[in-house]
Amino acid sequence: MKVSGVFAVFWKELADNFGSRRFLILFILISLIGVFTTYLSSQAIVAKPAETPTEFLFLRLFTSQTQSLPSFVSFLGFFAPLLGIIFGFDAINSEHSRGTMSLVLSQPIFRDSLINGKFLSSLATIAITFASIILIVFGLDLRLLGILPEGPELSRLAVFFVMSIIYAGFYLSLGILFSVLFRRTTTSALTSMAVWFFFTFFLYMLANVIADYTVPITQEVTEEVILKHTRVQAMIMRFSPMTLYGESVNVVLNPSVRTLGPIFSEASEELIPAPLSLSQSLLIVWPQFVSLIALMLICFSVSYIVFMKQEIRSI
Amino acid sequence: MEWVVETRELSKFYNGVKAVEKLNLRIREGEIYGLLGPNGAGKTTTILMLLGLTEPTSGRALVYGYNSTTEPLKVKRITGYLPENVGFYEDLTARETLRYIARLNGIPDKESSSKIDEVLKSVGLSEVSEREVGKFSRGMTQRLGIATVLIKHPKFVILDEPTTGIDPEGASHILDLIVKMSREQNITVLLSSHLLHQVQRICDRVGIVSEGHLVGEGSIEQLGREIAGKEQTFLEVQVEELMPNIANSIRKIEGVKEVRSSGNLLSIRCDRDVRRQVSKVIVDSGTLPLQIRSRDYTLEEIYIRYFQRG
Ligand SMILES: Nc1ncnc2c1ncn2[C@@H]1O[C@H](COP(=O)(O)OP(=O)(O)OP(=O)(O)O)[C@@H](O)[C@H]1O
Ligand SMILES: [Mg+2]
Repeated sequence: MKVSGVFAVFWKELADNFGSRRFLILFILISLIGVFTTYLSSQAIVAKPAETPTEFLFLRLFTSQTQSLPSFVSFLGFFAPLLGIIFGFDAINSEHSRGTMSLVLSQPIFRDSLINGKFLSSLATIAITFASIILIVFGLDLRLLGILPEGPELSRLAVFFVMSIIYAGFYLSLGILFSVLFRRTTTSALTSMAVWFFFTFFLYMLANVIADYTVPITQEVTEEVILKHTRVQAMIMRFSPMTLYGESVNVVLNPSVRTLGPIFSEASEELIPAPLSLSQSLLIVWPQFVSLIALMLICFSVSYIVFMKQEIRSI
Repeated sequence: MEWVVETRELSKFYNGVKAVEKLNLRIREGEIYGLLGPNGAGKTTTILMLLGLTEPTSGRALVYGYNSTTEPLKVKRITGYLPENVGFYEDLTARETLRYIARLNGIPDKESSSKIDEVLKSVGLSEVSEREVGKFSRGMTQRLGIATVLIKHPKFVILDEPTTGIDPEGASHILDLIVKMSREQNITVLLSSHLLHQVQRICDRVGIVSEGHLVGEGSIEQLGREIAGKEQTFLEVQVEELMPNIANSIRKIEGVKEVRSSGNLLSIRCDRDVRRQVSKVIVDSGTLPLQIRSRDYTLEEIYIRYFQRG
């Protein structure tokens, strides 16, 4: 009895999600970006086969940027949050304004079935979206380069897949939180977008300003100062889920990346050798990955608690 | 005897502001009970507490003996509820809406599909079962609401202002549906409303709430008699011919409060039985009383009296 409520909500919301126009638009947008970036980076590989290592060629499609376009992964850093926000921002308050809240909650289900069902169905929608985009890239790659991902690549892709879901899941639960806190859907939509804007653009500028202020870069600058400057900047940027996500997936998709800090030319020469194993890569980005999960869970828990205590009537 | 609904000193305060206070309500099996009161009287708050959707500040609400606050699922399994200003998912059809409600009640699709046809037919929505609910009129929406209540096979049904915003014909249709449902399936009904005539038409018993208190309870006749006994009564007298001074002479009778005349009909408000004196005055003035009838209170009058007192 207890689970049936969650299931009923889950399946209905899943159908709603896939039927919604905003999802369709965003899905097309992200797929197109996937297709373009894959196409361009595979063209680059075909053009200069000598310059690219043949190892982990498939993963390179996701992370390599060309002159004209940033990498697919950095695009995802921008757009994955939107995927979370469109499902989250009106999850609860639209039920109030539509007048369906008391209709649903007067059925024999626990109150949390509604919010859990909605969260899980949106997470599933996000997962299906990412999976189908990865499959699109698979297919395209097979045509253009004629290669298929190998075993270790597949496990790295799987981790990338999970990380992307959690990154979008953070914005999903943030959207749900605002949909619980604000009664108007326009307010919750704008607030969610403002947070996204802050983390995606504003924090970057802020990090620059603070770094310039605390560690000014003058004419006769030492390498040490530049290093410090970059460290300050990076530290502030890590408040952004986008940075956490970007660092995590870049390490996971690039087995040769061994450190997250700034790398100087002399040092990087020595760092070329053998690629890391997946667990070694994961060890590097473990803090980032765990932070993302924690952020998502905290947002969802707060919305859960507030929702459970909320008056059912909106006035 | 076991009551379908029993509240004990049920109270709800919103941040110290009273919505319901020490309400004692009892509803018998099979009856249609009307909860009557002006806006803000606390009707919806009471209903939400009965369903366990709002926690009482103090007191208890029991439905079929289940405590609504601690066992809400048991209450909600046997209780159908049509909220005031109910809304539906605009993109779903009537049939899909009912299927969703059935699923939420743990009824598998195989069982629900024939039941859905049956319920749609009984509320008169068979023809539009495949139409999206967003395109429904207010009356159709409300009938769909009743269908969502029926689909779960309830023993007890709560309807919160089921006829607001509906034209008289539609309202009448809905009231008929409620009576039919109650009589045919022996469902106990709690109906909240401030539309007196509708309540008067279908309710077996009425509870009048004002500012969170139950100020009067009983059948319409009982309520009327209670007021009549304590206060006033009405006489309607039909005379053969309305003589010009009749009204003034009647006014002089002891106990008569007010006399109004229209055509050959006199309406008299008085605080005791004055039929004998009135007939005498009429005969004395040279005409004949054709009919003297003491009129019952209408619910409207009862209602207004209760609020004047309260
Ligand atoms: N969530 C809330 N927070 C604060 N006060 C509330 C809340 N809900 C209701 N009230 C107050 O409780 C009182 C009773 O409201 P209720 O909705 O129960 O009245 P009602 O009898 O259903 O009125 P109506 O006929 O307008 O539906 C009102 O004074 C209302 O302002
Ligand atoms: Mg109300």
